[in-house]
Amino acid sequence: MEDTVNAAAERIRAAGAGPARPARDPVNLPMIRNWLEAIGDRNPRYEQDGLAPPAMTQVWTMRGLHPAADPTDPLSAMSAVLDQAGFTSVVATNCEQTYHRYLRDGERVEVRSRLVDVSGPKRTALGEGWFVTTDSTWYVGAEAVASMTFRVLRFRPPGSVAATPASERTAAASDVLRPVVTRDTSFFWAGTAAGELRIQRCGRCGRLRHPPGPVCRQCGADRQDHLVARGTGEVFSFVVHRHPPVPGRRLPIVVALVELTEGVRMVGEVLGADPAQVRIGAAVRVDFVRVDAELTLPAWRLLP
Amino acid sequence: MISGRVAIVGVGETEFSKDSGRSELQLAVAAVRAALADAGLAPTDVDGLVTFTMDSTAEIALAREVGVGELRFFSQVGYGGGAACATVQQAALAISAGTARVVVCYRALNERSGRRFGRVSRAISSAPTSSGVDNAWHYPMGLGTPAATVAMVARRYQHVFGATGEDFGRVAVAARRHAATNPRAWFFERPITLADHQASRWIAEPLRLLDCCQESDGAVAVVVAGAEQAADLRQTPAVITAAAQGSGADQYIMTSYYRDNLTGLPELGVVGRQLWQQSGLVPDDVRVAVLYDHFTPYVLMQLEELGFCPPGEARHFIADGAIELGGRLPVNPHGGQLGEAYIHGMNGIVEAVRQVRGSSVNQVAGAGPVLVTAGTGVPTSGLLLAPRGSGKVGH
Repeated sequence: MEDTVNAAAERIRAAGAGPARPARDPVNLPMIRNWLEAIGDRNPRYEQDGLAPPAMTQVWTMRGLHPAADPTDPLSAMSAVLDQAGFTSVVATNCEQTYHRYLRDGERVEVRSRLVDVSGPKRTALGEGWFVTTDSTWYVGAEAVASMTFRVLRFRPPGSVAATPASERTAAASDVLRPVVTRDTSFFWAGTAAGELRIQRCGRCGRLRHPPGPVCRQCGADRQDHLVARGTGEVFSFVVHRHPPVPGRRLPIVVALVELTEGVRMVGEVLGADPAQVRIGAAVRVDFVRVDAELTLPAWRLLP
Repeated sequence: MISGRVAIVGVGETEFSKDSGRSELQLAVAAVRAALADAGLAPTDVDGLVTFTMDSTAEIALAREVGVGELRFFSQVGYGGGAACATVQQAALAISAGTARVVVCYRALNERSGRRFGRVSRAISSAPTSSGVDNAWHYPMGLGTPAATVAMVARRYQHVFGATGEDFGRVAVAARRHAATNPRAWFFERPITLADHQASRWIAEPLRLLDCCQESDGAVAVVVAGAEQAADLRQTPAVITAAAQGSGADQYIMTSYYRDNLTGLPELGVVGRQLWQQSGLVPDDVRVAVLYDHFTPYVLMQLEELGFCPPGEARHFIADGAIELGGRLPVNPHGGQLGEAYIHGMNGIVEAVRQVRGSSVNQVAGAGPVLVTAGTGVPTSGLLLAPRGSGKVGH
């Protein structure tokens, strides 16, 4: 994934500045008035002299309220790549603008942008993410009138495999450690895929057992059956795992040993829980995390 | 019966580091040569080799490099660090059965600069074995590091017995105090306070960084021979007063979560009962204990499981510094794996031998037996070592 992002960044950066994007309208007084009112700027000079406030520069080339995707724009292109990689959230972190002169009523402006830098993955308070830096220059004809360095953080919102949007889950899923499945244990995994939490039950004496095995320890029978658990239980013990990394998961995670209502114990992640709220004895209900077509993991959620 | 008939007659180590700069085979060779030199034996005297299944150096590769010719006994013990004392037990069994005369037990690992055990291992998780199937109930669920697997038990232990993070911390403080005066220790001259422990970051709650042993590169070898031959060798023999392996009911590797209680280490209880039975000794006879300290809570639980105090009482047992030098039962005078190095428990056997010889840098006075344990949370092993003639060897 990291390689994919870096390769895309290099490709987009090497392509240089995108095509010039012209403003929808020339610089005009109605829009200047609207902007001054919205900002609360009462300086009369702009209207008197037919000048646009410099901080409005970016306004002229905005794409409207419902812009179509523009693959020729370097920031859009890079954002699409990061979106695909699961970094679906965005926050602007830096915006430095330089104004070379005032824009005048009636002038036609256009902007060109280029990708400067993509750095990551970084661990931030918001989550793991990449910083994307672009430079933009506004022109009137061939004259540069303003420029801007703009940096955003595209990040993966914190949460676990199950707490993440589907677009992201694919990225994480490939990393999840897969269970070794044998003839003795395949019933369990077929169950999770079907939304059932199955407990092995001896086909002769009815003893329940987890983890399962081929021979009943009570009566020695090798004919095993299963029942579908009610899916409720209590936290018998738990761990808040903070370090080191766990493939396919964003830390911290809470992993609990749950004593099921039926009496057996089972390990699973506690989803969506504040680690500080988890207690031994807390009531939980099973949930299922579909990793992909082959694997569904059992997990737990705290009951209110 | 092994008791009194076999001894550790030589010990050897490499330096303990974070980056050995050598292959694990090179490390193994260096440790074995040092151990043979310590014993006053030649490679050609060796006819048996024992190591861990986790060791990357096969007996035959080591034999080729060291110049051991024919081997009549070779064996590997499983279950990670639980193998440590069992390698010596295997050697003792072979020697007392007449199968071999001189057996070298070894462990060499670039655990810090190479494969780090503290990380989540995809290979362990996906092994096409019964252990791989066992791991299927834990690793995919996000429970995949040694620290996390221990933390699950430690949390329950706290809940049931009222032990706290500070109780765990006292184990680390003792280890680092001892390491501070051991020049071979990685943490030589770097003691910590309980406040340092409490300020260290969480790894897997309720375990903090300073509850976890360090990661090390290095190798250790010990030479085992019959007691009669030992008498003619260079060093004071460390006589094997008792040696045992143990696996508990419903045993798993690090995840024995399906027993009634989660507050003990029954596999070590199996070892302990054998050690006392074989030797005729009781816990009060022990002068020094070398307890496997990969994670601090399991040191407390070992004290209970071996009978030094009742279940749940270890936090009171250690509260007044009992496990520090000068205390009632000094534990890990070399600094343990928390302080000296993580050589999968084998460096603890070396320390025990030095305590028997009277040559440890942190020597504990007296002639009583020295107890050594191996990795806990897994099928494990233990030894009682003593100078010749000490202890109530009977039966």
